[in-house]
Amino acid sequence: MAWKRKDLLTIQELDPAEITLVIDTAASLREIGGREIKKVPTLRGKTIVNLFYEPSTRTRTSFEIAGKWLSADVINFAASTSSIGKGETLLDTARNIEAMSPDVVVVRHSSAGAAEMLARHLRCGVVNAGDGAHEHPTQALLDLLTIRERKGHLDGLQVAIVGDIAHSRVARSNIHGMRKLGMTVTVAGPPTLIPPHVQEFGVKVSHRLEDAIRDVDVIMMLRLQQERMTAGLIPSLREYSRYWGLTLDRLRASARADVLIMHPGPVNRGVELSPEVADGPYSVILEQTGNGVAVRMAVLFLLAGTRVTQEAA
Amino acid sequence: MKLLVRNGRVIDPATGTDAVQDVLVQDGTIAATGARLERGAVEGAEVLDAGGLVVCPGLIDIHVHLREPGYEYKETIRTGTRAAAAGGFTAVCGMANTDPVNDNRAVTDYILAKARAEASVRVYPIGAVTRGLAGKELAELAELAEAGCVAFSDDGRAVMNAELYRRAMEYTLPFGCPVISHAEDTTLSHGACMNEGTVSTELGLKGAPAAAEDTMVARDILLAELTGAHVHIAHLSTAGAVRLVREAKARGVRVTAEAAPHHLVLTDEAVRGYDPNTKMNPPLRSRRDVEALVEGLADGTVDCVATDHAPHALAEKEGEYDRAANGIVGLETAVSLLLDRLVRPGLLDLPTLVARMSTGPARVLNLPGGTLAPGAPADITLLDPGREVTVDPSRFESRSRNTPFGGWRLRGAPAATIVGGKLIWRTGGGFTG
Amino acid sequence: MIKAQVLDEAALERALTRISHEILERNGGAAALVFVGLRTRGVTLAQRLAERIAAIDGTKVPVGTLDITLYRDDLGLKTDQPVVRGTDIPFPIKGKTVILVDDVLFTGRSIRAALDALIDLGRPKMIQLAVLIDRGHRELPIRPDYVGKNLPTSRRESVAVRLKEHDGEDRVVIEAPEEG
Repeated sequence: MAWKRKDLLTIQELDPAEITLVIDTAASLREIGGREIKKVPTLRGKTIVNLFYEPSTRTRTSFEIAGKWLSADVINFAASTSSIGKGETLLDTARNIEAMSPDVVVVRHSSAGAAEMLARHLRCGVVNAGDGAHEHPTQALLDLLTIRERKGHLDGLQVAIVGDIAHSRVARSNIHGMRKLGMTVTVAGPPTLIPPHVQEFGVKVSHRLEDAIRDVDVIMMLRLQQERMTAGLIPSLREYSRYWGLTLDRLRASARADVLIMHPGPVNRGVELSPEVADGPYSVILEQTGNGVAVRMAVLFLLAGTRVTQEAA
Repeated sequence: MKLLVRNGRVIDPATGTDAVQDVLVQDGTIAATGARLERGAVEGAEVLDAGGLVVCPGLIDIHVHLREPGYEYKETIRTGTRAAAAGGFTAVCGMANTDPVNDNRAVTDYILAKARAEASVRVYPIGAVTRGLAGKELAELAELAEAGCVAFSDDGRAVMNAELYRRAMEYTLPFGCPVISHAEDTTLSHGACMNEGTVSTELGLKGAPAAAEDTMVARDILLAELTGAHVHIAHLSTAGAVRLVREAKARGVRVTAEAAPHHLVLTDEAVRGYDPNTKMNPPLRSRRDVEALVEGLADGTVDCVATDHAPHALAEKEGEYDRAANGIVGLETAVSLLLDRLVRPGLLDLPTLVARMSTGPARVLNLPGGTLAPGAPADITLLDPGREVTVDPSRFESRSRNTPFGGWRLRGAPAATIVGGKLIWRTGGGFTG
Repeated sequence: MIKAQVLDEAALERALTRISHEILERNGGAAALVFVGLRTRGVTLAQRLAERIAAIDGTKVPVGTLDITLYRDDLGLKTDQPVVRGTDIPFPIKGKTVILVDDVLFTGRSIRAALDALIDLGRPKMIQLAVLIDRGHRELPIRPDYVGKNLPTSRRESVAVRLKEHDGEDRVVIEAPEEG
C-alpha cells in the first residue's frame, strides 16, 4: 500500500486501506514525541504553509509541531476573512502563497469546499484542516487511531456521535471513516441538530441520549456552539445540557463500563460534558490531542514525500 | 424588402402548423406562409434556404438580467442581446435589478434608448415592484407601465411583505401586465446556497428546503385569487410548486409559470465538486423535482421556458461556494440543452418545446410575436435539430462565462435569428444585422 | 531469477557464530553492548547474534529495532512512498557500545541514515557495524567492523538474504536483474 494522492481533502474519498496506512504510519511516528530530541530530518528543506482563515490554536499548533518534528519549515499564514473585504479572494491569496513554492498547504476555512477548490488550483499538496461543516479528515484519523489504540481494533465497534451533527465537520469525517472501517455509528441529538437524510450515510439516528449510548464502545461528544441558540435550533443551553449533557450518573446508568469518551475539543464543561466525565477515567480526550500530532506528522510525511510522483506523472 | 424562408419545417404553435412550408416576410411582418406561395408574391425576395431546419416564431426569453445600467462589467444591453440572438432569441425581457434599479421612468427610458441604439433583438424592460427592490414601498408602477415596462418584479428578492404584494397586484390590475414572483420565503432559505437534501448534508453546505419555494408559490396563488390579478411565477423549481400551480390553474386562478433550462436538466448532484457555476437561486433541486418540472412543461402547467440569464464576472464565480454569486448565463445554451436533453430522449416533443419558448412566453406577458401568422412581426428563429455543438464559453457573445455546461456536447442548435424581417445572426455567418 | 547461491544454511550459521566471537573478543565481553538491527532482516540477525552471545558468554544483550525511513536521503526520489514501521529501542543507548546490524552492506546510504537516527536517540560510546554480506560499491566512506562474507557483485545484480523467520529458509543468493 502506497500513498498516491497529492492532497488530503476528505475521508469520504479515501478507501479503507488508505485510512489504515495513515493510522499505521502515525502509530509508527508517535515514538518521536517521546524522544529527548524530538526531531527527525525527514522533511528537511520542505516548506509547509499553515493557511488558517478561522481561529484555531489547537489544530494549527498541532500541524506546526508535526511539521517541526519532521524538520520542515513551517510558516503560519494567519489570513483573515476580512481580506476578502479588501478585494483579495482566497484564490489570490493561494496564488501568492504558491509563489513561495511550498510543498504542502494546510488550510482551515469557514466555507465548505474551500480546500477542494485550493487543491484544484495549487500544484503543491493541500491538507484540509477543516472546511465549513464539510470535513475535518485529520481529526477523524486521530480519533480512529485513538480508538484503535484503546480497543485493539476498529471493525465491529459501535460508536455514538452526540450533539450538533448538522454543523459538524468532525461528525461527517468520522461517519465516513468509521463506516469504511466496519464500525456501527449512531448519531444522536435533537432533530434540529441532525442534518437531513443523514441515514443515507449508513448511520442510525437517535433522539434520546440514554438510548444512543447504551452498549456502545465509544461515545463521541461534539461541541455545542453558542450561536445555535440564537439561530432557534435549541431553546437554551440549560435545556440542551439537561437532555444532552453527558454526566457521570447518566453514563453509569446507560453506558458500558469500558466505554471511551471522546471530544474533538475544546470542551464546554458543563454543557455537553460534565467536568467529572471530561476529566474522568473514561475520557481519552488528552490522548486524542497527542495522537493529533502523530496523525499530522503521518499526513505531512505521506504528502510531502509523494510530490515527486505527482510531478513525474 | 422581402425575405423568403424556403422549404423549412414550419412549426407555429399559435396556428397549430407543423409542415414543410415557405414563409414570406415583407416590410418587417409576416406576409404569407404556405407550401406553394404565389410566384408573383415571392418575386424579388432574398431567399434563405431552410431545408432540414425548423422554422418557428422567434424565441422569447422573458427572464434575463441584462445588467445595464450599473453592472456593465457583467453584461450590457449590446452584449446581452447579441448573446440572445446567437441563442436563437428574438426578444428578451430585462429584469429590474440594475443599478440604479429600474423603479422609475428615467431608468426605463434609458434602457429603451440604449436598446434602440445597440440591441440586436427586441428588449422589453420589467419594472421593479418596490422602490429600490427594498420590499417597503411600491415603485411608481403606473408610470413604469406607461414608459414601456411589460411586467413588474423584484426578481432576485422575494417581496416578503404579503400585504404590500397584494397591493401591488391590485394596483397593476388595470395595466394588463402581471407581477412576476420570485417565490422564496427567505426566512426558510436564509443562508442557504444549495438545495436541502442528501447532497447538502454530504457537502456541509446549508440547504434551502423546497418548502421555501412552495410556501411562497402558495401565498402568491392565494393573493392572485384574492385580487383577481395575474401572477407569474419565475423560475419554478420544485415538484411541490408544480403541483400548486397545476391545482391553481384548474381552479381558474390567473397564474402562469416559467422554468429555467438548468432546472430542467441538472440536479443538486452537480454541486459535488463545489463548482460555483452550479450555484443559483432557486438552487438545483432533486431528481424528483426535475422530473415533475419536465412533466409540468409538457402538460402546460409550466407555460414557458425562461433562462434567468444571470451574467457574473469570473471573480464573482470562482471563489468559495457559499460566497459566490448566484446564477448562470443561459441565453446561448438554452436551445441546445433542451433539444438534446428533453426533445431527443422523447421527454418533450419539438412542437411543445417551440410553444414553450415562443408562443408561451408571448402570451404570458402579452408580447407581440409568438406566431408566424400573416400580419405578425417577422421575428423568426431557425433551429437545426441535427447539428452537434460543444459548449465553449470562451466563444460566448455574452460578456460573462459563468456556465456549468462548458464542454458539454449537445445535439441541436439555433441556426438563424430574424428580427423584424432582418436576418440578425446565422450559424457560421455570425452577425449580419 | 536466482543466479547463484552464496551461503547455505550451514555457512550462514558459521558466519554468525564467527561474528559473535569477534564481537566478544573485540569488546572484551558483552557487558556494555547493545544490538540495534535495521528493519527488517537486520533485526532478525541481531536477535540471532544476541542468542549466540548469550550461549557463549551468558550475557543477555538487548536488541532494538531501527526504522531508517525517516532518515533516508532518497525520499521523494522514489515513486512509491516507503512505509514507516517505526523504531523500537526500549533501552537507553547513551554510553553504550551499539552494534548496528544489517543483512547486506552496499552503497552505505542505509548505514549513514542509521547512524544519524541512532545519534538522534542518544550519544553512544561507540558504534560498530556488523553485516552478513558486504557486496562492495560503496558511495560513502563507511566500513564494516564484522563481515560474514565479502562478495564481489555487479551493480545490476541483487543479493537476497533469506531467513527462516521471514522466508522459510536460511541461505543467501544472488539474483540476476529482471529483463527489460
